[in-house]
Amino acid sequence: MSKFTENVVSEITKDYIKKLLEKGTRLDGRTADEYRKIEVQRNFIPRADGSALVKIGKTQVLVGVKVEKGPPFPDTPNLGILATNAELVPLASPTFEPGPPGEEAIELARVVDRGIREGKVIDLEKLVIKENELVWVVFADIHVLDYDGNLFDASSLATMIALLNTKVPAKRNDLGEDFNLPINHIAVANTFVKIGDNIVVDPNLDEENIATARITVSTTEDGKVHAIQKGLEGSFTYEEILNTIDSAKRIGKDIRENIISGVD
Amino acid sequence: MENSNIREIVLPGDMVDLQGNKPGTGIYMEDGKAYSEILGVKTVRSGYVNIIPLTGRYHPQKGDKVIGKVIDVLPSNWVLDINAPYLAPLHVNETSWKIDFGDTGKFLNIGDTVLAKIMSVNEVKQVWLTMKEQGLRKLEGGHIISVSPTKVPRIIGKEGSMIKMLKETTNTKIYIGQNGVIWIDGETDNILKVVGAIRMIEREAHTIGLTDRIKEYLNKS
Amino acid sequence: MSGMKSDVKLIDESGKRIDGRLFNEMRPIKIEAGILERADGSAYIEWGNNKIIAAVFGPREIYPKHIQDPSKAVLRARYNMAAFSVDERKKPGPDRRSVELSLVISNALSSVVFLEQYPRTAIDVFIEVLQADAGTRIAGLTAASVALADAGIPMKDLIAGCAVGKVENTIVLDLNKDEDNYGQADMPVAIIPRTKEIVLFQMDGDMDYQEIKNGLNMALDASMKVYEIEKEALKNKYIKLAGGDSDE
Repeated sequence: MSKFTENVVSEITKDYIKKLLEKGTRLDGRTADEYRKIEVQRNFIPRADGSALVKIGKTQVLVGVKVEKGPPFPDTPNLGILATNAELVPLASPTFEPGPPGEEAIELARVVDRGIREGKVIDLEKLVIKENELVWVVFADIHVLDYDGNLFDASSLATMIALLNTKVPAKRNDLGEDFNLPINHIAVANTFVKIGDNIVVDPNLDEENIATARITVSTTEDGKVHAIQKGLEGSFTYEEILNTIDSAKRIGKDIRENIISGVD
Repeated sequence: MENSNIREIVLPGDMVDLQGNKPGTGIYMEDGKAYSEILGVKTVRSGYVNIIPLTGRYHPQKGDKVIGKVIDVLPSNWVLDINAPYLAPLHVNETSWKIDFGDTGKFLNIGDTVLAKIMSVNEVKQVWLTMKEQGLRKLEGGHIISVSPTKVPRIIGKEGSMIKMLKETTNTKIYIGQNGVIWIDGETDNILKVVGAIRMIEREAHTIGLTDRIKEYLNKS
Repeated sequence: MSGMKSDVKLIDESGKRIDGRLFNEMRPIKIEAGILERADGSAYIEWGNNKIIAAVFGPREIYPKHIQDPSKAVLRARYNMAAFSVDERKKPGPDRRSVELSLVISNALSSVVFLEQYPRTAIDVFIEVLQADAGTRIAGLTAASVALADAGIPMKDLIAGCAVGKVENTIVLDLNKDEDNYGQADMPVAIIPRTKEIVLFQMDGDMDYQEIKNGLNMALDASMKVYEIEKEALKNKYIKLAGGDSDE
């Protein structure tokens, strides 16, 4: 089957999903603001400095963190560096092709990165080895293993949990004892899609394939919003935007308390 | 349990005891010995030993009725995905519609679902479909799910008993394509019930008393 | 083989290796079949500290048409290492090593798959090394072979293998990372277990004829053990289905 085939959405499936949404339910029986089951395996890759395998339904994302020393950016000589990268490896979906990251992978990495960076999740000031010369560079590599929808939330969650269990390898670099990556805040991203006039959170692949618009909202525990990304060609109304932000604050809190907590 | 019906799991490379029968499908011969070429179960039927696959894509067979998805529209034919290694063309002449050249898109479009029949499969595995038979048509409404093609016989049941029970208890229309694609139409609640039952058959195909449990599931609530 | 001098004693006076194994012992191996939703077949393997996933897509028609083979399927394996799989973060994307390994793995797998049953198609095999600890090509090939069977692809047999190497002038089975870094030779071997045909064979370092012969014998024995673990993994996934209508 060609790659093209997998992208064709069946009209019957499209109509059926819409019909179910009109009745207030979804293909897998969830309500509009319900996530699929979330499972987390912390420290899945002991060789990395931090890692987490996150499953949301059948979507699986593995994030590994490596911390290395390097020169700071010239405009921020007293801050460490966060570098986020995503690989949509072809093992995860018949629609992913081998090769350098395409626009989807780059958008994914940048949206995850903004939630973490703007949420001031990592205390970058504490990652300076020698001002102007040497800082810790935190590489978060997102490796998608199985794509069944909602990579944004799975990747953000796996990145956040991986950072929470990251040890800065000072000893390996002859720079004293290892220490926990300094974390100030917990960022959580929630993604909603619009199907017809309905809005649902955590879209699975079928829902994602027929959605006309998508929005990802990243919040921290203080209720602040730090990153938003509206995606796809369709639009949201003014009220819909405000509602998703309100929902993200509520659902984000739930995920922070029930999935992430107990880590630190 | 009849001796001829014993199911034994075999893996690629496992030697298969033909017990005096002829080698059928899923078997290759080397130096006069028979070996399995796939992961499957051994069955003996009408003097042949076959290895029935437990997994894998649909292998088109002439005469099979399948449910396909239109993925391309060309001037004189459509291209369908039938869950096989190969895409399958459907030529305008193999429908009952009168279609002018280039007007194919007015009849079937990308994303449409069709109940069709495998008209032919040649030696290089090229497949052609036909809709020229009573009952073959574009499917509309309802819901579509996919199961492994190897589970189709279980869902149909002995002499169609399972599917008959599903249809009658839920008052739905159900078509099961040999390629593992199933179309269900009826009230939404009933469709959900049928999907639940089919998933249960998939999961519990190996257990005894399945028919009774499906009946119980369908009758509750 | 870097042949780097190190202070580490790789084999002690009692013949124990740094991880406590004897010269002819393999690291623990765990395989799970069918762990991915979207792939047609998949397998996860832990071999020592290696963690690797393999997925199979296809057979599927390939485009553009000019890369189709009208007489058989084309099997394309792609070996890839995650950025975080090794000590120093690896820049994502293929390098010369991964391209070469993809080729030798493709060749080994093609030797058992009945490619002629699927003309004009591709069978894509993707191997992702999530954590590397020496011996990734054989571990990846092992997982790929299980994933092919899990995808229902017709094949002559599974493929199984194991590496041998030379450490402190001793031929040892299944090098770990330190032995690979500081040892004298590495020789990965993979076979078709039923016929004992050798389908992957590489060596680098310093070995003589007798050492190669001994090493090959050890690798063949070990491959048969790996073969049993592969079969167990597949049966574990499918045994319930195979139970059929029989008693429970």
